[in-house]
Amino acid sequence: MSKVLMKGNEAIGAAAIAAGCKYFFGYPITPQSELPEYMSAHLPRVGGVYLQAESEVAAINMVYGAAGTGKRVMTSSSSPGIALKQEGISYIAGAELPCVIVNIVRGGPGLGSIQPAQSDYNQSTRGGGDGDYRLLVYAPGSIQEMVDLVQIAFDKADYYRNPVMVLGDGMMGQMMEPVEFKDDLPKMELPEKDWATTGTKGQRKPNVINSLYLAAEELEQHNIRLQKKYDEMKQNEVRYEEYQIEDAELVIAAYGTTARIAKAAVDQLREAGIKVGLFRPITVWPYPYDVVKNLPESVKHILCVEMSMGQMIDDVRIGNEGQRPVHFVGRSGGMIPTPQLVVDKVNEILNGGK
Amino acid sequence: MTTIKIITGHYGSGKTEFAVSLAMQLAEQGRQVALSDLDIVNPYFRSRERAEAMEAKGIRVISSSLGHASTLDLPAVSAEIRGPINDPDYDVIMDLGGDEVGARVVVAFSEDIKRRGYEMLLVINAYRPETSDVAGVMRYLEGIEYTSKLEFTGLIVNTHLIWDTTTEDVLAGLELAREVSKQTGLPIRYISAIPSALAGLPEDTEGEQLPIGMYMRDAWM
Repeated sequence: MSKVLMKGNEAIGAAAIAAGCKYFFGYPITPQSELPEYMSAHLPRVGGVYLQAESEVAAINMVYGAAGTGKRVMTSSSSPGIALKQEGISYIAGAELPCVIVNIVRGGPGLGSIQPAQSDYNQSTRGGGDGDYRLLVYAPGSIQEMVDLVQIAFDKADYYRNPVMVLGDGMMGQMMEPVEFKDDLPKMELPEKDWATTGTKGQRKPNVINSLYLAAEELEQHNIRLQKKYDEMKQNEVRYEEYQIEDAELVIAAYGTTARIAKAAVDQLREAGIKVGLFRPITVWPYPYDVVKNLPESVKHILCVEMSMGQMIDDVRIGNEGQRPVHFVGRSGGMIPTPQLVVDKVNEILNGGK
Repeated sequence: MTTIKIITGHYGSGKTEFAVSLAMQLAEQGRQVALSDLDIVNPYFRSRERAEAMEAKGIRVISSSLGHASTLDLPAVSAEIRGPINDPDYDVIMDLGGDEVGARVVVAFSEDIKRRGYEMLLVINAYRPETSDVAGVMRYLEGIEYTSKLEFTGLIVNTHLIWDTTTEDVLAGLELAREVSKQTGLPIRYISAIPSALAGLPEDTEGEQLPIGMYMRDAWM
């Protein structure tokens, strides 16, 4: 198919429908409202249902119910709305149900602002819900990558029977780019959903959707089983991009919008003969720790760039295992760093803090 | 002669980029320009974000009664907008929010606008999925006329893929606009694109050519 020009939010909707998403439950919040708006217009055309819930809490619990039927289901929100959904997300992970959750992050904490931010990194990768659960979290760096990953996310959710989060920021939700809906995206072999509550028709025992295990031994076994899934994700689902890393003296770590800004900074610095590279995690959980651990010998510094006060930097430090100094530069509250801010920080680090 | 130009269309069709590029061009020609940002639908990528650059060129930028701050998600329109509408010394560019819903706000000024006379121009990008054919364009054209209580006077060919736009893309958009023109009788008033894409157009192409300045898009985007 040829290219079309889409805004991030509507591209997510189109990608979800292309992936067979039939149900969407949500509640409007800037800067992601074009996504529910898109779903409200388009889901009925494919025999699906869009429902605006009375709150984010209701929406995620509707997702919980709909996911139990085995149909493809999605919800979306922005930072404080995702905070409200955390209980439901934990229940869905505990009940081992597939769904896709989109978070178009805005400035926080609390109601914060309506401008773009990346200060939900911890909320997304560590979660705000209770218990030993994990989400597979994709952090695309372009609208095209967003379109591809949203479609892949539905397969992964089904395969692992686990919620998958697509993490963007206000800029990724609002900016426009040419996108292509590809026919050749990798499709997974997915097992029959024999766990779904589709009616016994008198032929089998009822399927039960539940996250309550009163017997401690059983709950422990359940957690061990969940952990095996998460280990499999760590093994097979890590995605990242490296750019000009080979001979770099300093590597910038950044994801999503800030990775684009950092890339512009890398190009500018390279032109001036300064050896800088970019490491861009595409999955922020599981995190590409090994990439950080095994950076080339030439790398003397790591600089983490975020639209937050510094959250991903903890994962960079875990991967780094104390090998090199890890620096930080960022903006928060809805402010967007400029390539120049990154260039200046790199120069400051390489000139010994001057 | 000065005019009021109302720039409207489907959201994401490039209204704001066109409006800012046009304001800059007119200001560079030494004209007295007022740009009214009437977008109260979406707080991202509004022309007021470039108020400083426009004001530096002498353009009078009017947006919210609470100032140009980009973070205000409030339907607050400044009464100052009425001033340049009623002042024939001004070339007025009115940048409306997207779709029918975005056009509604102009109704408050429509009597003044009609009294002075106006152009209302529909920005069309054929690469937007909802306006890729005549029926799609007509839906927005009719919807915006219905809510704005004003009538279109012309079309703007703004078919593009941001930085990737080629002359072929512009020509494909021109084809769609010609079909809309045939059906509605509305002339093609402008063709806008990045300069490299405009450069390849045949000399006898209809409409005024407006090079897009990419004012709304940071270089890293």
